[in-house]
Amino acid sequence: MSKSREIIAEAREVSKSYDGGRIVVLRDVSLAVRTGELVALWGASGSGKSTLLHLLGGLDAPDRGQLTVCGLNPVDEASRLSLRRHRLGFIFQLHNLIPDLTVEENLRVPALAVGAARAATAARIRELVTEVGMAHRLGHRIQDLSGGERQRTAICRALMNRPQLLLADEPTGSLDETTGSTVFALLKQLAERDGITVVLATHERRFAEACHRIVRVRDGRLEEIST
Amino acid sequence: MHIFSLIFTNLRRHRWRALIGMAGIAFGVAAMLTILAIVTGAIGMFQRILASDSHYLVFERNVSDLFFSSVTREQVDAIRARPEVAAAHPVLFGIVSAPDHPVITCFGIEASDPRLAKAEWRAGKVADFGARPDEIFLGARAAEFLGAHAGQTIAVGRGTFRVGGVFKTENGFEDGGVFLPLKAAQDFFHRGDAASVVTVQLRDERRGVEFKGALEAAQPGVIALENREFNSTYNSFKILNFTAWAVGVCAFCLGGLGVANTMLLSVFTRIREIAVLRVCGFSGRQVAGLIFGEAAAIAAVGVVVGFTLGFVLLAVLERVPQFQGYVQASLQPLVLVGIVATAFVTAAGGAIYPARFASRIQPAEALRYE
Ligand SMILES: Nc1ncnc2c1ncn2[C@@H]1O[C@H](COP(=O)(O)OP(=O)(O)OP(=O)(O)O)[C@@H](O)[C@H]1O
Ligand SMILES: [Mg+2]
Repeated sequence: MSKSREIIAEAREVSKSYDGGRIVVLRDVSLAVRTGELVALWGASGSGKSTLLHLLGGLDAPDRGQLTVCGLNPVDEASRLSLRRHRLGFIFQLHNLIPDLTVEENLRVPALAVGAARAATAARIRELVTEVGMAHRLGHRIQDLSGGERQRTAICRALMNRPQLLLADEPTGSLDETTGSTVFALLKQLAERDGITVVLATHERRFAEACHRIVRVRDGRLEEIST
Repeated sequence: MHIFSLIFTNLRRHRWRALIGMAGIAFGVAAMLTILAIVTGAIGMFQRILASDSHYLVFERNVSDLFFSSVTREQVDAIRARPEVAAAHPVLFGIVSAPDHPVITCFGIEASDPRLAKAEWRAGKVADFGARPDEIFLGARAAEFLGAHAGQTIAVGRGTFRVGGVFKTENGFEDGGVFLPLKAAQDFFHRGDAASVVTVQLRDERRGVEFKGALEAAQPGVIALENREFNSTYNSFKILNFTAWAVGVCAFCLGGLGVANTMLLSVFTRIREIAVLRVCGFSGRQVAGLIFGEAAAIAAVGVVVGFTLGFVLLAVLERVPQFQGYVQASLQPLVLVGIVATAFVTAAGGAIYPARFASRIQPAEALRYE
């Protein structure tokens, strides 16, 4: 990707440990993600991929170092709320949808958080579910959907408030090969066609290699691998 | 609007738990309703005994309870002589006991007292009242529980009396009481020529203030209160009312604990879901709002069920002979509003800690655990 694009998310010399310093997960790591990039955070289980995503998304605070996401500091509580509401979308390995609500009701949750107008919300939902081929499932409960359908719903939810940056934590981790590929293709399309920046944590090599950039997470450090 | 669907979904998901919280509030509402209905019913009855077509109530100044008040014959005559007064009726209250019935209210009244004429006589007639010595007259319910009928001789207190008549009054107190001619009652209770209170009917109700001022100036030993005024200042009513509210509020506190318990469980089992709401952009305050909303929904259903339960209970109580006339199923709107407000306040109180807990859930922590 062109280096001329602006940096949308950046970590500078960030460290994170748990258990009062006994478990050191990230040591002075730096990372810059540019607008429209599809970046893979690739590494073994327990290497710290989720930790880094949580720091970028303001779900957790670093011990040391600077973070800037969409021009805001995700450690600051007010910026955090604004990031989560308008600029960031999260996707998890487990969809984390509310199981006894319908697809439509789940998609309304982010709109509810920002107090979006009903009509606009309905239009946005229709647009998104059509895009991911879930329009016929709008009224179904999450518990009645397949794994792939759930994950596609979760992607729609992350996109509801038109974020600039998607943080996807092993979104294909609990899916079979084909379904996983479909979900990955969807994310790639979001980056390449819609210009949404995607940071994808994965331990699957095939997905990492299909990204624009691979950042390997190992022993608390980040290491750029050329594709 | 949609936030209701989140609230509703959660309540539906934990139906039994929500039901238990709701039952706590419902019992609180029902208990408060019943207690207040009985107490206001009792107070209302007492007030009606006093009021019976009168405008003012005259009794001894500075007494804590009307049973201890003394208004002398001389004072009664002076009241009657006043130009503003159309009619004045002295009443002496006393407590008598009969075998198996330790507390029976006894009313000493004059034969001219309007309540005798208004009553529905089951045996005897108004003209019999005070016509013969050693006769007692019974309220219909008193006659029932004493198992007495007209013409029979019964033991009351230290004396024996012939039942001169039985009459039914609308007032539960009176109906469960016994009546003696004023003079006989004064002898029986060793009260000389005193009455407890005098109910006063004015020629012109609008001249009440004038009457009160003049009377109290001429008779410094008595106090004249408008019925409304009396009701709001009489200590015994205040104590009764306060007790009723206190017991009711205690019942509600239990309901509040029920809601707290329900909401806490509801939050604990949903930590992950709440974390997801935070990730989706809910603020801590919005999450707290969700919990309070749930508590309010529980309270709302509880109030409806509680009122239904309470009114059914009251309707049943009204039919129980022992309670006849004591229960007043229709409460003032303000009391009903008070009960509803108490229900919502307790539910909200119960939701404070759960809401605080929920609003402080850290998404990163919560999402780590499956
Ligand atoms: N809150 C915490 N307390 C203690 N240790 C933690 C905490 N969060 C993460 N860790 C540890 O930090 C390390 C990195 O965890 P992280 O979840 O970031 O790994 P990951 O690369 O996402 O792994 P996976 O591929 O299994 O999801 C792990 O050893 C984990 O046990
Ligand atoms: Mg992980």
